[in-house]
Amino acid sequence: MNGTDIGRSTLIGMPPWAIVLFYVLTAAALAIFTWGIVRLVRKYRMGRRAAGRRPAASELLRTFFRAIGNVTVLRDDLYAGIAHLLVLSGFVVLFIGTLIVLVDRDILRFVLPSLVFWEGDFYLGFSTFMDVFGVILLAGLLMLAVRRAFSRLPQLDYRHSFREEVSRRSMAAGDWVFLGLIFFIVIGGFALEAVRLVAVRPEFEVWSPVGWWASDILRSAGMDAGEASSWYPVFWWTHSAASLAFVAYVPWSKAVHMLLAYVSLAWKDETQNASLPAPPENEAGGYTAPTDLTWLELVGLDACIRCGRCHVRCPSSLAGMPLSPRDVILELRNHANNTLLHLRGNGNGLHRMTGDVIPEQTLWSCISCSNCATHCPVGINHVPLMVQMRRALVSDGSVDEQLQQTLVNLQRCGNAMGQSDRMRAKWTKELPFKIRDARREDVEYLWFVGDNASYDPRVQGYTRITAKLFEAAGLDFGILYEAERNAGNDVRRVGEEGLFEMLAEKNIRAFAKSRFRTIVTTDPHSYNTLKNEYPAFGAEYPVIHYTELLAALIENGHLLPVRRVGGRVTYQDPCYLARYNGLENTPRTLLDYAGVELVEMKRRGRDAWCCGAGGGRLWMEDIPAKDERPAEQRIREAAALDGVDTIVTACPKDLVMFTDAIKNVGLEGKFFVRDIAHYVWEAIEQPIPEHLEKEA
Amino acid sequence: MNILVILKQVPDLVEELEINDDGTDLDRTWMRYIPSEYDEHALEQAILLKEEHGGTVTALCLRIGEVDDTLFTAAARGADRLVRIEGDFEGISSRDAAAVYADHIRRGNYDLVLTGVQAHDDLNGPVGARLAAQLEIPYVGVVSGMHLDPETGVIHLHKEYPGGLLTVIRTELPAVVGIQSAVKPPRYVPIAKIRQASKSAEIGEETAEPQSLTPGYTVRRVFKPEGGGRAEIIDGAPEDIAARLVSIFSEHGLVR
Amino acid sequence: MSISIFVIAEHLEGTLADMTFEMLGKARQLADEHGGMVTAVLAGYNVAQLAEQLGAADALILIEDELLAEFAPQPYQDVISGLIRERAPGLVMVGSTSMGLDLAAALATTLNVPMLSSCIDLSVEDDAYVVTSQLYGGKIMMETAVTAGTAIAQILPGAFRAEDGQRAGTPTLEEIPPGLHPENFRMRFENFIKPEAGDIDITQAPILVSVGRGIQTQENIALAEELAEALGGSVSSSRPIVDQDWLPVTRQVGKSGMSVKPRLYLALGISGAPEHVEGMKNADLIVAVNTDPDAPIFSVAHYGVVADIFDVMPALEERLGERVS
Repeated sequence: MNGTDIGRSTLIGMPPWAIVLFYVLTAAALAIFTWGIVRLVRKYRMGRRAAGRRPAASELLRTFFRAIGNVTVLRDDLYAGIAHLLVLSGFVVLFIGTLIVLVDRDILRFVLPSLVFWEGDFYLGFSTFMDVFGVILLAGLLMLAVRRAFSRLPQLDYRHSFREEVSRRSMAAGDWVFLGLIFFIVIGGFALEAVRLVAVRPEFEVWSPVGWWASDILRSAGMDAGEASSWYPVFWWTHSAASLAFVAYVPWSKAVHMLLAYVSLAWKDETQNASLPAPPENEAGGYTAPTDLTWLELVGLDACIRCGRCHVRCPSSLAGMPLSPRDVILELRNHANNTLLHLRGNGNGLHRMTGDVIPEQTLWSCISCSNCATHCPVGINHVPLMVQMRRALVSDGSVDEQLQQTLVNLQRCGNAMGQSDRMRAKWTKELPFKIRDARREDVEYLWFVGDNASYDPRVQGYTRITAKLFEAAGLDFGILYEAERNAGNDVRRVGEEGLFEMLAEKNIRAFAKSRFRTIVTTDPHSYNTLKNEYPAFGAEYPVIHYTELLAALIENGHLLPVRRVGGRVTYQDPCYLARYNGLENTPRTLLDYAGVELVEMKRRGRDAWCCGAGGGRLWMEDIPAKDERPAEQRIREAAALDGVDTIVTACPKDLVMFTDAIKNVGLEGKFFVRDIAHYVWEAIEQPIPEHLEKEA
Repeated sequence: MNILVILKQVPDLVEELEINDDGTDLDRTWMRYIPSEYDEHALEQAILLKEEHGGTVTALCLRIGEVDDTLFTAAARGADRLVRIEGDFEGISSRDAAAVYADHIRRGNYDLVLTGVQAHDDLNGPVGARLAAQLEIPYVGVVSGMHLDPETGVIHLHKEYPGGLLTVIRTELPAVVGIQSAVKPPRYVPIAKIRQASKSAEIGEETAEPQSLTPGYTVRRVFKPEGGGRAEIIDGAPEDIAARLVSIFSEHGLVR
Repeated sequence: MSISIFVIAEHLEGTLADMTFEMLGKARQLADEHGGMVTAVLAGYNVAQLAEQLGAADALILIEDELLAEFAPQPYQDVISGLIRERAPGLVMVGSTSMGLDLAAALATTLNVPMLSSCIDLSVEDDAYVVTSQLYGGKIMMETAVTAGTAIAQILPGAFRAEDGQRAGTPTLEEIPPGLHPENFRMRFENFIKPEAGDIDITQAPILVSVGRGIQTQENIALAEELAEALGGSVSSSRPIVDQDWLPVTRQVGKSGMSVKPRLYLALGISGAPEHVEGMKNADLIVAVNTDPDAPIFSVAHYGVVADIFDVMPALEERLGERVS
């Protein structure tokens, strides 16, 4: 080593056999890495090639920066996000640093010695930079280790939600291996540097501040240069072996998420929850084996790092039902590995994927609220997976009696209640005016009322208030009367694709017979499917929610709020408005117009807590739950707000669920649920007719 | 083993039933028909037998309202042959319908005929019993389980009595059986399978002239039972209702 | 007109069914009003001792044969059709029961006589038997008149009061030979399968809290159990609950279950299909709770509550609790 030149050689003083051994080990590590990757790619190629999205180069780049910037990790958990950012940036910098050394020492030095650059000022800056990021990485690891060891965070509780017998000890051990291995490599790196700086001590190496400081400690502990020189190979080999082991380890462990999460995020179809993918073209018309999953879904399974964000946001999981999105993903991953990697073929082996690996009760526990997918940092779309598996159950006729009755009702009468389709517009009879029949007269707005708002006596009062508001605004609107059918949003999410298509076709035929410009819906579920799923069936109309229409009517002066209604209320974001379609502000604006004081719940907007009715759960028999059901939990949350005695909804299903939940938690007469239309009506100073108020 | 299942179309009770102007029959102008619930159990039982013993299942429908969907649904469930008999059958009595079925069965080669034990509009009694009597073959109704011995052509039928009591009746085939309930409730058939069946399955068409023998009775009046009934309705909040009920119980000496 | 009614008696395991008395009572009433004769027809084996309970009939025709010991449709049809053909009564009353459902329509076909089912009322007007049938799930009534020849009426259980037909005294007994042709029979009774014993006997319970589909889940049955305990009664149910295996078949009220006559029948979330109603309509006091104001149960109940059972049950239980304490 030349002490006057700034820089250093690697592999100093190593006998040739050791250098050869090092390169052999490096080759072996890379081979194991490559083998692991090939094995994964082969597995993914066994997945279905669904007509997926092909991200443009610009998107790939954007996702890259989002991934590097930790956007999806930081978003919902600041502590974990910062820790992860520290680890990730440290890791990336050290990795790039290693590459630089590799390029300079192992390539340029031999091929183009004139271009060697790992020396001089660059070397000094590089040294400092690497040391600093090594510390950053350690800090991040420490934060994560502390969190894992000492916090009792529910997302880190690995207890299985539907297979209690499964031990997750090896899984938890795996987490520590991952963390510990990186920790060991970084600490080892610093130790190696320190030993080296005890052995040879060029002054410019103060630019490696951590190594310098550590070497001072070693020196003061009595280590001299000779001792250090003899220790140096031990440290070097340990560090090198650990680093190479890590390379080999990546595709065989959760560390692989550093590659797969990017793929999963970049190819993720963000619209897929709001507009479900078509069924696979197999006999079941749903997922029955791992080969039915798309390659991207298989990637998603492996990308999961069991952070548990879905687990703690799943209302069914928190109600103690036998579902956790995390456990579904992990079970599917296991099953895919057991079958695809070892057996080949779609070999479901001894266990059916749908029914055995993922029990029916687990699949039926999902309420399609999409809180899991929205918060998944690695871009897994849980809801389509659940629905694809439900499709296989429906195809087998494996539905509970109540759901079967509902589906038969929907086939026969076009509504879930099993009431006559001719009675769909019966609620209009008590109105002082007649609503126009959009099939006979041209209207500007076609009001798609929906099942609950049409048939459910608990909702009809509000449906009439909405009608009166439209009428008071002089709106040019009509309804489809008995031609309207359930829009099919939840039918599709139950997994009854054929019935969904049938309902959609019937509605679309009725649309075609009518003349209108815009569809306005009462039910956010109808809103979602009409807006996002009907276009694929050829029905492309502008679709708005009644809260949007009411806001517009106020804004353009057709409705005039003249009175501040007053009171303190909270607002329930319907999943299919807020989370699925980003409609958060408009309903709040309405409350503002009405002069009602809005006190927000903590979980709102895209974090909103589902009432538990979605995905057809409203139509099924109850699944035993260990804790309070989602709607009841929500009512308690709302009722705990200071001075709030009402939860305002903009979704008939919320209204129905909360009406029951209020009774169940014993708050009847003390806490209320009201539709948002109620406040608008009061604000325009139309005294609510007594019979309507009574119903409402 | 050839099984025939008779699927009868009955008015859907979800709809308000209307009575004709002279009050002697239902007004069938707008009537919506669905397969009788007991017949769906009969079909399910037939499919279960087929799954166990093999053979074919034929589903038969008189053309009353829209029957193709009913038949295609049967195919989606597992029926092998579909038969629709065309004719003027709206409002046909079980007696006259039995004659049409009997005609079809004589021309066919069936070992077992399954029907629902009754239908909600059978003024002339269950069609299965009538059919068997016309064909002079055995009939057992109110059956909720069975055990078939295809070797000997004997079927052991579990006939229901009140209180969960069953009798086992040994019957030689061919026979007609009136099903109270299938061993397993009818499974759900997804629409996709019905649609598939409607593309792949064929409906054999036959024609029949329903005989119009005099029924031997005259319909004097068709009417709806007194609306609302005789219950005295108790209104109010749950607590008030509870209080009133307890006082009623008390009046009847049911609570102290 | 002088009337002539045959009542086909039903018996099971040596006991006459209530159905028999219900039919006899109505036949007796018509014969008393209009003059004429009521004949009970008793087919079986070693059943002669049952004759002494059939005092409501004027005459009894007894047909005994080993092949008639337990009901199997063919032998019974064989003897009864022969008898009707020979005696040509004006009206034959058969129960709308497991036995009668196999018998009546077959007899009508074999004999080529009119037959009317689901009869809930019977009268004699202007030389005609007037039969009121309850059809379409109880939503439609059909009134028909039979003038000439023999007719068969299939009577709904519970349509008439059994008490009216329970008269001691033995009617004029005529025993006729069965004249069976066993070589023609292609069926025979094999054995009984009895429900598992050990459960409570709901027919003996003074108070029944009865649950239907409205109870929604198996877990909720516990709520009904609590209420039943507070009332000092037992829990029974309609058929769907038993079909779901939420309660044993011994708790089922209705056509294929038990006929009950408790002092109080509290129907919770039961819509009141005719098959259920026939098993409980004779209860002393019927109170029904249902969310559907049009539920048919309200036409047999004495008191009705249009409400959610999950509101009423706890309130009622609380109220009952207050009285005790």
